[in-house]
Amino acid sequence: MATGERRRESAGAGVLSPAARPSGPQPSPWSRFLTYLEHRPDRVFPIPAVIVLLLTMLFPVVYTLYMSVQQWEFSALDPPKFIGWRNYVNFLTQDSRFWPSVWRTFYFTFLAVTIETVLGVAIALIFNREFLGKGLIRTIFLFPMVATPVAIALVWATIFDPNLGVLNYFLEQLNLPIVLWTSDARWVLPALAIVDIWEWTPFITLITLAGLSSLPSEPYEAARIDGASPTRVLFDLTLPMLRPTIVVAVLFRAIDALKTFDIIQVITQGGADYSSETLNIYTFQNAFNYYHLGYASSILVFFFMLVMGVSILLLRVRRAAE
Amino acid sequence: MSAATASAARPAATTTTQPRRRMGNLVKQILFYLLVLVILVPFLFVFYWMIINSFKTLVDAQSYPPKFFSFTPTLENYRALFQDPSNPFLDFTLNSMIIAAGSTFLGLLFGLPAAYSIARYKQNGLGLAILTARIMPGISFLVPLYIVFSRLRMIDTYPSLILSHLIVTMPIIVWLMVGFFEDLPRELEEAARVDGTSVFGTFWRISLPLSKAGIVASAILAFIFSWNNFMFSLVLTSTNTKTLPVAVFNFMGYSSINYGAISAAAALITLPVIVLVLFVQRHIVQGLTAGGIKG
Repeated sequence: MATGERRRESAGAGVLSPAARPSGPQPSPWSRFLTYLEHRPDRVFPIPAVIVLLLTMLFPVVYTLYMSVQQWEFSALDPPKFIGWRNYVNFLTQDSRFWPSVWRTFYFTFLAVTIETVLGVAIALIFNREFLGKGLIRTIFLFPMVATPVAIALVWATIFDPNLGVLNYFLEQLNLPIVLWTSDARWVLPALAIVDIWEWTPFITLITLAGLSSLPSEPYEAARIDGASPTRVLFDLTLPMLRPTIVVAVLFRAIDALKTFDIIQVITQGGADYSSETLNIYTFQNAFNYYHLGYASSILVFFFMLVMGVSILLLRVRRAAE
Repeated sequence: MSAATASAARPAATTTTQPRRRMGNLVKQILFYLLVLVILVPFLFVFYWMIINSFKTLVDAQSYPPKFFSFTPTLENYRALFQDPSNPFLDFTLNSMIIAAGSTFLGLLFGLPAAYSIARYKQNGLGLAILTARIMPGISFLVPLYIVFSRLRMIDTYPSLILSHLIVTMPIIVWLMVGFFEDLPRELEEAARVDGTSVFGTFWRISLPLSKAGIVASAILAFIFSWNNFMFSLVLTSTNTKTLPVAVFNFMGYSSINYGAISAAAALITLPVIVLVLFVQRHIVQGLTAGGIKG
């Protein structure tokens, strides 16, 4: 009994291969298969998820690569036609809407994530003490990031209304010049960034708060004995120790901001006059408004590589920060 | 931390009398709470504006200067939402629920064993593959899925939507649950194994029941993410399976001027999410970072 159990254990850990099992009466292939499964749970448990990954991830990637060298307008009469690199050459060199959409994507991401990070960390530093209602504030801070983005975007669309909107009303009360917000080509991306900042500053704050609570207390004792000023403690102690946490938060925000879709699609759909057409929106237009599925696929490959490239870059920064 | 040490150090350095120091602290307290209020107002205002506008008549919602407090509240916007036959809001709600529940259930079914496997056998490669799904732009799944579902005549059916939402739900479930399974005490599992229970029996009868709290949290989060999803539903639904976010987006198109009605619709979509969030507060940041951070 005891030895039998031990053998089971070690086989479960993958030490014994099925072939090395003690020979007895030959079991049927089916029961041998079952024994194999029983001995390799590390192979069995992931099977359902791996099937999903193959169907929903690997297949789409391969299919997108295939479509990206075809010309196809989603018509049943005209099947996809192989055109080699022409899609890529087209959007890289001839499409007047492509490069602007790339720069807009970066501009929006940079604007939103920078302000979110500064505000988010600052708010976390303010909240980093025990005070009445702290738990409630943590809860309230969850709401902007989980509330349905489409709903939030609709509310912001009413807030931005140039004539009736409450934002311009506030500006008027403060004697500031009013802005046309989403109808103004210069202001539409900053306006959308405001929505993103409203949604995601709490995310940075909550991550930073978690990071702050796990900082060691010894350096602070030492700083207190040395009589360091609060400003010096903040810049020489707290912020450097927080850097890995902040970098992780920025990493996640940047990846998501590059892919922002919901709020742009709802509030402007790429307007005014294409001036909020980011790469995601432009790809979407190509695929599902113009049905240039081959062309959209080639832009998708670019978009995917861009997001991956930024992710890897930020992961490098993260490793350097740690 | 720094602020606490700073304020603890200051009273020792100054030589003011006791009552005056107390006054100073009180002023500081008041200023601090004012600052907290200033920070909170913009975040709360958007919700306040949504709710308050949803109870306004067309005239009040479109008045300028805007009405912040004084207006006659009406339920007309909500009544209209549920009684407009061309816009069956209840059907959209039902669609959203079926798709969110279905994709959450399948996410658990496929994701839980994988999460357990990643936690127990240190399968970081698999974890990374699932994280890639979180990083990739959603639209890069959508174009191929759209072509395939069109060919199979599955556009605007529950199975195609549930399957596409699985791309959102499964990674959240896996990444949250890896943490929970890692924290599970190994002793109980080992005891069950010694008693002759198979690995799979142990997983089903010991590990899963022990992680009930984690499963509930990840299921609620997955449900919220599917409920909120816009892009997949926008492309893959038309009349039969239209979800709430798509319905409200279309709704804006033909009533773009009625802020009251828009606000009522927005409030109704958001309300269930806010209620659900109250149950899973602690796990949300973790879920949003796909398990990259604990806190």
